[in-house]
Amino acid sequence: MPADATPPAWHRAAIDACVATIAAEADTLTELDSAIGDGDHGTNLKRGFDALAAEADTLADQPTGAMLQRAGTTLANKVGGASGALYGSLLMMMGRQLGGRPLDPATLAEALGQGVEMVKKRGRAEAGEKTLLDVLVPVQRELDRAVDAGEGDRADLAHRLRACADNALESTRAMTATKGRASYLGERSAGHLDPGAASACLLIGALADLAEDRT
Amino acid sequence: MSAPAQVAVAIVSHSPEIARGTAAMVHQMVGSDVRVGYCGGNADGGLGTDVETIRAMLEDVWTHAGVAVLVDLGGAEMNTEMAIEMLSEDKRAGFTICNAAIVEGAVMAATQASTGSGLQEVQQAAEDAIG
Repeated sequence: MPADATPPAWHRAAIDACVATIAAEADTLTELDSAIGDGDHGTNLKRGFDALAAEADTLADQPTGAMLQRAGTTLANKVGGASGALYGSLLMMMGRQLGGRPLDPATLAEALGQGVEMVKKRGRAEAGEKTLLDVLVPVQRELDRAVDAGEGDRADLAHRLRACADNALESTRAMTATKGRASYLGERSAGHLDPGAASACLLIGALADLAEDRT
Repeated sequence: MSAPAQVAVAIVSHSPEIARGTAAMVHQMVGSDVRVGYCGGNADGGLGTDVETIRAMLEDVWTHAGVAVLVDLGGAEMNTEMAIEMLSEDKRAGFTICNAAIVEGAVMAATQASTGSGLQEVQQAAEDAIG
């Protein structure tokens, strides 16, 4: 977070960026999901992010940890299906882990680490199974590496995380799904990008763009 | 009911029709002795699962003896887990999600529950339903 931005303004910009991205890409996500799933990923996410937009003012005014917890509850309730449970669990755990602390690369890395563990637990999945974890896990590791190395330039970090997410998404194309609805297709799921990994990549990209612009 | 509390059965499907139909099959097999709760569908009434709907159903079907929960595809299981976590602490422990096919599992769980068995035996009956 840039030092000169107040949390509510930064929160609001982050919510708006995520909502706009999902609205713009909902049809693409649904198309990806039609190929290997039940064809509702874009529609479901849009319903959830529209609900976030409706409560954006209330959300933005809270400390980051509380905002993430509440946003997670809203997504779990409104998105429905596995993606609602997974995104909801991710944000709720990140918020709980962050608590009242301000967001910086180190606290974000810690919160994301716990959030990703919660997604693994909820979905009984690991990376490599053609799910959103195939974007979340590499991004979390990249962030951990950057924090451990003490690299301070946030614009550069945002750029690295977005590139990492893009590469990770592309790697899901060759994977065979072993979890989720796509697993019923077995080897026929190979050759398609995973819709959950695609939405995770889009959201990380939107937030990285914001961080880069505002630094 | 004046009889000692029996284990209840909860059914969570992506489809409202499957949830209702499964409950109807349970009632046909074991009558109305066993409490059965069911729900299905997303917030818009389409195919899917909705945490708040599930939470309200579980709250309603809860009994001291416990509740065996039957779910269909993955999202139903994850959203049921989240709904259970949203319940008050004293109720949470009374729910167990059975690793069983939804229709066969619900019928076997209810049949076992109607004999007055405890939650563990009811879960076992559901999970033994196939194979």
